[in-house]
Amino acid sequence: MTGVAGPIRARTGGKLKLAVARGAMFGRTLDLLDRIGVDTSEARSDSRSLVFETEALTLVTMRPSDVPTYVEAGAADVGITGKDVLLEQSDRVVYELLDLRYGRCRMVLAGRKGDDSLGESARRLGVMRIATKYPRIANRYFDETGRAAEIVEVKGSVELAPLVGLADGIVDLVETGRTLEENNLEVREEIVTSTARLVANRVSHKLRAREIDDLMARMREAR
Amino acid sequence: MTHPIPPGTRDILPDEMRELRKLSAALLEAFERFGYGEVSTPTIEYEEVLARGDERGAPVAYRFFDEGGELLAMRSDMTIPIARLVANRYGAAEPPFRLCYLATAYRAVRPQRGQLREFTQAGVELVGVPAPEGTAEVIEVLAAALDAAGLTRAVIGLGNANLYPEVLARYGVDEAGRAAVLDRLAAHDRVGLEDEVNALGLGEAERETLLGLAELRGGPEVLGRAVELGGEVVEQALGRVRAAYELLRERGVAERVQLDLGLLRDLGYYTGAIVEVYDPALGHILGGGGRYDELMGRFGRPLPAAGFALHLERLHVAQAEEERQQATRADTSSASRPGTQRPDTSSASRPGVSGSKGDEA
Repeated sequence: MTGVAGPIRARTGGKLKLAVARGAMFGRTLDLLDRIGVDTSEARSDSRSLVFETEALTLVTMRPSDVPTYVEAGAADVGITGKDVLLEQSDRVVYELLDLRYGRCRMVLAGRKGDDSLGESARRLGVMRIATKYPRIANRYFDETGRAAEIVEVKGSVELAPLVGLADGIVDLVETGRTLEENNLEVREEIVTSTARLVANRVSHKLRAREIDDLMARMREAR
Repeated sequence: MTHPIPPGTRDILPDEMRELRKLSAALLEAFERFGYGEVSTPTIEYEEVLARGDERGAPVAYRFFDEGGELLAMRSDMTIPIARLVANRYGAAEPPFRLCYLATAYRAVRPQRGQLREFTQAGVELVGVPAPEGTAEVIEVLAAALDAAGLTRAVIGLGNANLYPEVLARYGVDEAGRAAVLDRLAAHDRVGLEDEVNALGLGEAERETLLGLAELRGGPEVLGRAVELGGEVVEQALGRVRAAYELLRERGVAERVQLDLGLLRDLGYYTGAIVEVYDPALGHILGGGGRYDELMGRFGRPLPAAGFALHLERLHVAQAEEERQQATRADTSSASRPGTQRPDTSSASRPGVSGSKGDEA
């Protein structure tokens, strides 16, 4: 613990609250919940509500990158999100309990096809310019591989950056590689593989140990 | 026009201050009752003195030069200043030393996390009483302090920093392998732990013991399950945990303690017992502590030591929340059994969380 962590959130008891990432993994997460006997029909049919009551769990849906925030503060007891999100927010203190094995994708360094501006910038200018939505993962990777990179954080379509010359390359998450292909980009280096993870709040992990161990065991069985 | 204050600092107004004073007084009174005398040390120290602690745990965040060019730093906790104080001021005195404090400490904040740069800690240090007696005494004082704060539902998690190193050593795991496993354990990363344990190339029984131990937390039955899991090796490594728990039972505080065999905090100077404090009303830990038998030696006065620190502001939030929930519980139990109808007492103040039950199952 390096700092005194932040927004202090009062909790209540009742059912375990599970923070579920919407987005690419949402369907697979609901499938997993179905397999362990959680009724997800409401969550499937109602796309506007954010909170769904089931018999065993309260499902709280949110964007993937918010899951560590809610779980760290204890506003959710447990959560499901990608390893990429956890790596990018490695300063959030949560228990990472289980690799759920779905939502597999790769964090890669990509550049324009048939174009060596990545290498050329590194050679001649001493620094590569990289656009990414994952500045910490990117920084850590270039540090670890002993290279200098100027990281440009963008929020939207990262593929755009090298096409119009904002950056020499990108660090981004790739599932099928189709988006890269469509934008005439190619994978140059693979940084890390990511899958869905079950995480838990530090206090819930202790005070609701039996319920969380039980949930974990059922998910381990059904993954 | 507003005049800014640095992020992570705050003003406290009379209503809150009055409650904080009351809480502080109750805590100090509990410490004094066990013979712990209050001390105060400078907010600023020489950087090289604070650096005798361990940077991994509570790193010093604010350093600056004084008019003579000396490097000063703001303390990041009270354990190291008190270790220095004991070495300086009680150099010739006969241990043990029982000291307590209510003091501000300073840590770095990350932007937009709502973290405190300056915060108040209430805690004790017991210098000169070895494990398990010293550990048990400190936990008893901690339980009394939580009672004094009205946090009767708070739980004290108790682990031991030596448990895993000892089991790994008995399995013949080398230094690098041990470090990799402990690193994942301290990071609360069970997926990474599994990877590292698999990479050790141990037998299936050893592998399952290392992974299973990390999940064991609960009452005294945990000790039996650990031995079932790991046999003789774990039995021997558990000696200290067992001894401490036995003393806690004698002191009548065992039922407040949750044994937690996978508990590891990243404060580098912990050497034996490790403690964390949880309250069901709060998502963050209220404080922690443990044994640091090697720290005093770094100040030239090798003595066993243990202590804990509670975050005053978090205790206060938990206190307020407990009072609110107690009121809610009293309401619902006088009305009807929960479950048949949905009490909406607390959800009104929690926008976005619809239909959350206000009662405590």
